[in-house]
Amino acid sequence: MSDLLVARGITKHFGGVQALRDVTVTLTRGEIHGLVGENGAGKSTLGKIIAGFFPPDAGVISIDGQEVRFRSTRDALLQGRITIVGQERAVIPQLSVLENVFLGREEGTAGMLRSGSLSARYADLIRRTGFSLSADARVGGLRVSEQLQVEILRALVRDAQLIIMDEVTAALTADEASRLFDVVRSLKAEGRAVLYITHFLKEVIDLSDVISVLRDGSLVRTGPASAETPASLVASMVGRTVELSFPEKRFPPADAPVLLSVRGLCQRNVVDVSLDVRAGEIVGLAGLIGSGRSEVARAVFGADRRSAGMVTVDGREVEIRRPREAINAGIALLPESRKEQGLLMRQSITQNVSLVHLREFAAATFVRPKHERAAVERSIQNVDVRAPSVATLVENLSGGNQQKVLFAKWLFRPPRVLIADEPTRGVDVGAKHAIYELIARLAGEGMGVLLISSELEEILGLAHRILVMRLGRIVAEFDGETATDDLIMRAAFAADQEARHDGDAAMGVGSIS
Amino acid sequence: MNAIDVTGTPRWWRALGLNRARLSLAREYAIVITFVALFATLSLTSAPFFTRTNLLNVLDQSCAFGIIAAGETVVFISGGFDLSVGAVFGLAGVVAAMLEPHLGPAAALAVGLLTGLGAGIVNGILVTVGRINSFMATIGSGFVLGGFALVLTKGYLITVTNPSYAILGRNKLFSVSYGTWSWLLFSALLTVLLKATMLGRYVFASGGNELAARLSGLRVNLIRTAAFGISGLAAAFGGIILSSRVQTGQADSGTGIELTIIAAVVIGGTSIFGGQGAIWRTVLGVLLLTLIGNGFNLLNVNPIYQQIIQGLIILFAVGLDAWSRRTS
Repeated sequence: MSDLLVARGITKHFGGVQALRDVTVTLTRGEIHGLVGENGAGKSTLGKIIAGFFPPDAGVISIDGQEVRFRSTRDALLQGRITIVGQERAVIPQLSVLENVFLGREEGTAGMLRSGSLSARYADLIRRTGFSLSADARVGGLRVSEQLQVEILRALVRDAQLIIMDEVTAALTADEASRLFDVVRSLKAEGRAVLYITHFLKEVIDLSDVISVLRDGSLVRTGPASAETPASLVASMVGRTVELSFPEKRFPPADAPVLLSVRGLCQRNVVDVSLDVRAGEIVGLAGLIGSGRSEVARAVFGADRRSAGMVTVDGREVEIRRPREAINAGIALLPESRKEQGLLMRQSITQNVSLVHLREFAAATFVRPKHERAAVERSIQNVDVRAPSVATLVENLSGGNQQKVLFAKWLFRPPRVLIADEPTRGVDVGAKHAIYELIARLAGEGMGVLLISSELEEILGLAHRILVMRLGRIVAEFDGETATDDLIMRAAFAADQEARHDGDAAMGVGSIS
Repeated sequence: MNAIDVTGTPRWWRALGLNRARLSLAREYAIVITFVALFATLSLTSAPFFTRTNLLNVLDQSCAFGIIAAGETVVFISGGFDLSVGAVFGLAGVVAAMLEPHLGPAAALAVGLLTGLGAGIVNGILVTVGRINSFMATIGSGFVLGGFALVLTKGYLITVTNPSYAILGRNKLFSVSYGTWSWLLFSALLTVLLKATMLGRYVFASGGNELAARLSGLRVNLIRTAAFGISGLAAAFGGIILSSRVQTGQADSGTGIELTIIAAVVIGGTSIFGGQGAIWRTVLGVLLLTLIGNGFNLLNVNPIYQQIIQGLIILFAVGLDAWSRRTS
């Protein structure tokens, strides 16, 4: 094993923000190097500097002892054989898997494409990685996890010696993630170096050989992964010992009234779903991505038209054809993607928080700014948004604070039932903890909560009762006290095995349980 | 607040001392700086420029465009485009001129105005319920409406003989033309609508993030249709002012003006991506374009260069908008 790349003394400013401060890392052939830190600690910035997105303000990068300067990602690929698989998918949706994988590496004679040899090479790649992607599938129609596989295949085609993976498992199911890890290990076995950036601590400990921890742009330490535990990593990330625990579960009394009752809900990707949420109860909705969890939430909320089903709120049947009717009935939906579905990124906190209930501060259609401001300020204090003022634009807040603004918006007038779809996606450890406390508090005050999450820990840690979905149906129900991740995963994956009757079921899936 | 700009700042920006925050600021105030600079230059270099007569003339020349552009601004903020304003402009004048002998001037002009409102609402329905891209929907409806005006007039000019038809376009109050007053009033009205009312907030929300607005319980289709209705009304308002001034209705009188209108909105700094913008910006954008023409005349510069300058200003304005919002 030899050192492939050394980044020494890397420093980077963005405007007034110091993103990286004198960071030194060494990436070695045949080694998986984990990189962890809170949001904003500088992980992605370091990855992007090494990948040639932008140059450091100070510091040098050398490959095999030779100092290099990348002017672009293309430079990094050609000179340094470095490629990055980032948080956002860099694929061309209109093209096929094959075309995307070999993009820029097409083989041809006199400018005419020859597809035959590519097909053979593609088949070889598929054998090596164990992915099950059809070469002809249009990439735009694939799931995020499959698009990610396309990007990894592309990195392999380009024979990258260093592959940087930035938060790639966030959108993957446990099964898909475990297959990805097999691929990462095979990259290592081939003598390549991997820089693996993630929020998932157990994952990084299992996978990596060495782990570097960043805090506020500085390197805290680099050490062997075997010496770390999630608690030790968290402690050094935040500089103090944060409890990774959840607030104590307070189960609702047995006679607590049912607040939300759904019967026979059908919609595209949802088959005959019935569920109840009682006052003070947190019901977890678990399942793989694509199992229909978000679709249930959207159909109940009136965001998508449902083909059948009845919704009862507080004992009264309500007709919900559009979100406004759900809001009036006392339901709130915190959508899964705050940027795409939740917030007006370029508008102020005030404009976001008051939007749903604007009517309440309006007199004869005129918004009364003082009333509005006062109410918004109360509302964001309630969920502890940290911002200079309520006039601050949402895009200038950290992910955690943005998510809290979303909570403030939907709790502005507390609903009877809160449906929270992935409430902690893309927020740092501290904010996660605050959101858990908030959800538990709301339930404690008598709100019914339907919690959708891909993070099993979260469901297990918060929910009083857990429903598991697969292929659009609710297939299992567990008590929040006795459920285990193993039980839930088995329920969620049983369907996956049935679904893959196309011959590749044997691959990968068996390794889950 | 941490490391928002992970994409960083391109090297050539930094060479010019730029970063994203500064670009945002530049985008905010470029129109004010440009306008003040041009105004000062013209005041210093041309004696006839900074005179009461010339300035009032500049305002009067701008008023029809100013009104249409104010309406267009509302559509921009709601996340759409309205390319039918030229056709509506012509159609409204034709309708008013043709009805004048039957209804009298006031009612005829009012019907012209309502024609525009109706056309705008139809545009809104095409875009929302019909799910047609607003760019294409309004090009299509523009052709239809323009053709309709041609059918009505059979291609002739419709002349109005009743002199009281010309009051709106020619009379003055305190030596300021009715047209200019109309522009001022209409702009003030739309400013209040956008800034202080619920509908205004909803327009910003619908343009800023349509999905989020919908999930927040807003009736986005109604809101966007209202925005198109306002734009149609504004285009017709401009059309009847012109028709009144020249006492004719002419089907193709507005052909091509939609591009100038959109240019004025964009130069003012209202975003073509929706969710951001203001009426005062468009007022300055319209005045800037008129001043360039006015200044070139006063300074005896070949008007051929006028077009080049206007084009460069448009590119600069749109570029600032795009660069300032480049994020990861």
